[in-house]
Amino acid sequence: MLTLYTRRRIINVTGLLVSMLAMAFGLFWLCWILLTLLTHGLTALTPAVFAQMTPPPGSDGGLLNAIAGTLIMSLLGTLIGTPIGIMAGTYLAEFGQRGWLAPVTRFINDILLSAPSIVIGLFVYEAYVIRVGHFSGWAGALALAIIVIPVVIRTTENMLRLIPNTLREAAAALGAPQWKIVSFVTLRAARAGIITGIMLAIARISGETAPLLFTALNNQFWSADMNSPLANLPVVIFQFAMSPYEDWQHLAWAGALLITLSVLTLNILARILFRQSATTH
Amino acid sequence: MKSETVHTPKVIVRDLNFFYGNYRALKDINLDIAEKMVTAFIGPSGCGKSTLLRTFNRMYQLYPKQKATGQIMLDGSNVLDPKQDLNMLRAKIGMVFQKPTPFPMSIYDNIAFGVKLYERLSRNEMDERVEWALKKAALWGEVSNKLKQSGTSLSGGQQQRLCIARAIAVKPQVLLLDEPTSALDPISTAHIEKLIDELKKDFTIVIVTHNMQQAARISDFTAYMYLGDLIEFGDTSTVFTNPKRKETEDYITGRFG
Repeated sequence: MLTLYTRRRIINVTGLLVSMLAMAFGLFWLCWILLTLLTHGLTALTPAVFAQMTPPPGSDGGLLNAIAGTLIMSLLGTLIGTPIGIMAGTYLAEFGQRGWLAPVTRFINDILLSAPSIVIGLFVYEAYVIRVGHFSGWAGALALAIIVIPVVIRTTENMLRLIPNTLREAAAALGAPQWKIVSFVTLRAARAGIITGIMLAIARISGETAPLLFTALNNQFWSADMNSPLANLPVVIFQFAMSPYEDWQHLAWAGALLITLSVLTLNILARILFRQSATTH
Repeated sequence: MKSETVHTPKVIVRDLNFFYGNYRALKDINLDIAEKMVTAFIGPSGCGKSTLLRTFNRMYQLYPKQKATGQIMLDGSNVLDPKQDLNMLRAKIGMVFQKPTPFPMSIYDNIAFGVKLYERLSRNEMDERVEWALKKAALWGEVSNKLKQSGTSLSGGQQQRLCIARAIAVKPQVLLLDEPTSALDPISTAHIEKLIDELKKDFTIVIVTHNMQQAARISDFTAYMYLGDLIEFGDTSTVFTNPKRKETEDYITGRFG
């Protein structure tokens, strides 16, 4: 007959063991992916990757145009999506207590948040690319912006909701109008969290392939013209990795490593930033 | 023993009822808050003392489904009148909360924030006002060399005094203190109690407190509340030494609550 205490200990140890196994299972695949990526990517990561354009099969080249295109479109997508996201999120958290508009918006935003990115790509294709008549960098930036918006709305709202109501009351007790309370007190208090959300949104869009496939397409040459097809890393990786040419495949590995490293860096930065803010508040 | 002189009332509460949705949290409250005196609201949790305090500056209005009926007269006008300009009302009635609530900005800006809502001061005048408020709140000595630092970097007791400085910087007439020391250690509490004694020279002070000794120490008048009713209101020494009502005596002597 086991004592109650021994039984509890056995259950505890079993639980611990199972959860550690689950963690190891997850980590195993992650490490394997990272290791493969590193071994293939590092050998392919030469200075030429940053200096030359995407080559035709069989000749030397790099990823410069794709890197530039990804940077431009991610930047523009963020610049378009972030203000909309912050404002909408602020509305949901600070102004939308009464009425039906906020709950409906929140619900639709949740759908948008989990919408497959290919759907967003197709939407921009239908709504913009077909009307204009050609693929373009703008279309790509637009698709990325649509991915950024729900992420930023969600984090902005969540971060503002973490701000204790007493802070709002304190500002209101001084006689501050609501717009001042929001812009000088609560948004400021939630700043680090919101910036973290934006960085995570950037990390998310910098690796998106599907929405760019239908919008920015690709461009083998250098171009900074936002009204024409624009090269970008995810689509280049998609194309090159599927090709039978070995030098293209190498470049695809290099591109994949670049995206992974930049996303990793963004995530780490976001964490550091958030931790700092958590200790000062 | 307190003198029996008649005090000018600053705030006159008549037939005040308060509702959270359908729940009646205050029942026909009538009382006068004496000018430049300290009035304490005591009573067990949920008795409505904070609710009563929050009607004075209509803090409840931030939340839908809360409403007050009756009269709260301040300088001859009814605070509860929907035509009352809320922001101007709150310039006259400052408030300090249970937990310190420094804004996420520098110590200086924490104080300037409220002042800027009502007055356009030159840089010099603002510096003077900030110094004045911090001195009044007995915080100047500790922060005069770090006004640019974040208000959140101060200790809990300092943060609370910063909040008091912020409230008085606007030069209100009435100061509402909602359990201002319940989150503080005894030393900080002593600081704030001493401060309240100083502040009543200039301000009418209403304080909600869980701590009966505190009410006895610092207030001139005490209101004992229970379940939304004002049970007894009067001179603090009378309420504590010779209460008229049995309920008050039970609470004060610790037989209940």
